[in-house]
Amino acid sequence: MMRRPALLPLLAALGGCGGLQTIGGREGRDAAIINDLFSVFCIVTALFFVAVMAFLFAAYWRRKGHRRDNLPDPLEVPTKSGALRVALAVWTGAVVAGLVGLALASYFTDRSLAHPNPGNRPVVSIELIGNQWWWDVRYHFQDPSKNFRTANEIHLPAGSPAMIYLKANDVIHSFWVPNLAGKQDLIPGRVNDIVLVPTKVGHYRGQCAEYCGLQHAHMAFDVFVDTPRDFARWMASQSQPATTPSTPQQIAGYEFFMNRQCSACHAVAGTRAGAGTGPDLTHLMSRKTIAAGTLPNGTGPLHAWIADPQGVKPGTNMPYIGLNADELHNVVAYLETLK
Amino acid sequence: MAGQPKAETKSFVTSGDPRSAEYENNAFHIAQGQKWYGWFNCSGCHFHGGGGMGPPLMDEQWLYGGRMEDIVASILYGRPNGMPDWHNKITEQQAWELAAYVKSLSAQPRQDALSARADEMSNSEPQTLQGRKKVVPENMAPPGSEDR
Repeated sequence: MMRRPALLPLLAALGGCGGLQTIGGREGRDAAIINDLFSVFCIVTALFFVAVMAFLFAAYWRRKGHRRDNLPDPLEVPTKSGALRVALAVWTGAVVAGLVGLALASYFTDRSLAHPNPGNRPVVSIELIGNQWWWDVRYHFQDPSKNFRTANEIHLPAGSPAMIYLKANDVIHSFWVPNLAGKQDLIPGRVNDIVLVPTKVGHYRGQCAEYCGLQHAHMAFDVFVDTPRDFARWMASQSQPATTPSTPQQIAGYEFFMNRQCSACHAVAGTRAGAGTGPDLTHLMSRKTIAAGTLPNGTGPLHAWIADPQGVKPGTNMPYIGLNADELHNVVAYLETLK
Repeated sequence: MAGQPKAETKSFVTSGDPRSAEYENNAFHIAQGQKWYGWFNCSGCHFHGGGGMGPPLMDEQWLYGGRMEDIVASILYGRPNGMPDWHNKITEQQAWELAAYVKSLSAQPRQDALSARADEMSNSEPQTLQGRKKVVPENMAPPGSEDR
């Protein structure tokens, strides 16, 4: 009995029930509802499992027939005893009650998931587009001049529902932030949606949950649930155009970026790079990871990624360009100004 | 035609380039080429092969030659009367993949490498159901077509 309290957290850690990305998370309204249902199922099915095992062992220990020497036997149970009939009736009743109870619990959970926050309109509207293998994130506002694009990172204000429209450019992907809610597929040619209601400020991790090709495992994203004030600050900084480069090295990197392959796919708001097929890099350095969670963001990983994207993430659409050392340093110097 | 830049093929893509065989009959490269075709807005001028502001790509006429090397040279270095040069805007590999896709529009590659379905909406038969179109060299193209 002394060991049990120490064992429980260990088991929880083994099951991945803690941290950035966990199916045991309760930081979103939907995740909490789903977890409650999961607990109900666990407890009810565990009770029935114990009961079945009890019956099984009782049947195993039970003596059948008479002793050969006809002496009285305390373990002998008459085949047609009243106690067994009562037990059978109680068991049948318990099974029916249990199944009906679980069905009702499922039904009410489903209904409460289907009616998110009556009277509380979503304040954030995000268009999320799945690509092989990264997430294109577009925030839409009442005032379209404030709209902006980012990639592989979502910020949400705590306590407010966020409407997320899900689309896909190539194959089926699935949007999953287990700490906040269940999964929803992104299907080419149609628009799906999901409402997230984050309740707790924090950093969470999402992951594509539908096998989508070679780098499916490297299709992650970060979710930051901010206080409303932090969210407003982040929003204001994201809708700003990019800063202009100042040092000669940064300017050389800018010139390379604008005149070479980079600008054929990537956009930087406020410059003439406006392509829509690769991730928007306007505020690249504000993001936590690059290449959809493949590498942490920073000077070293940026060099590695730009020098040889196919070595870091084989199959990615980011091509090998073959920059020389100076060009590589210049481009990274420019990218590091995109805060 | 006076004042137009003279078409020239850089020595970099030469006749008999080994990449030609590598890319031409490869289903993956053809599919990648189809993706770049959309990404880099080739359809803005050539549409999905039927041609518009730019010449059609799904017919048998090749104004600047129908070999892989000719198509790659057209993509990377441009041609007079409107075809921009994509050198340093896209990678060479992307140009070769685009060329493989362009050749597939007139069913040139092997049948087992061709796509049975186009990505875009289309009312023409898939290339797998079309016969391979004969390549008409530049000097045999009908009169007038060089102006396109």
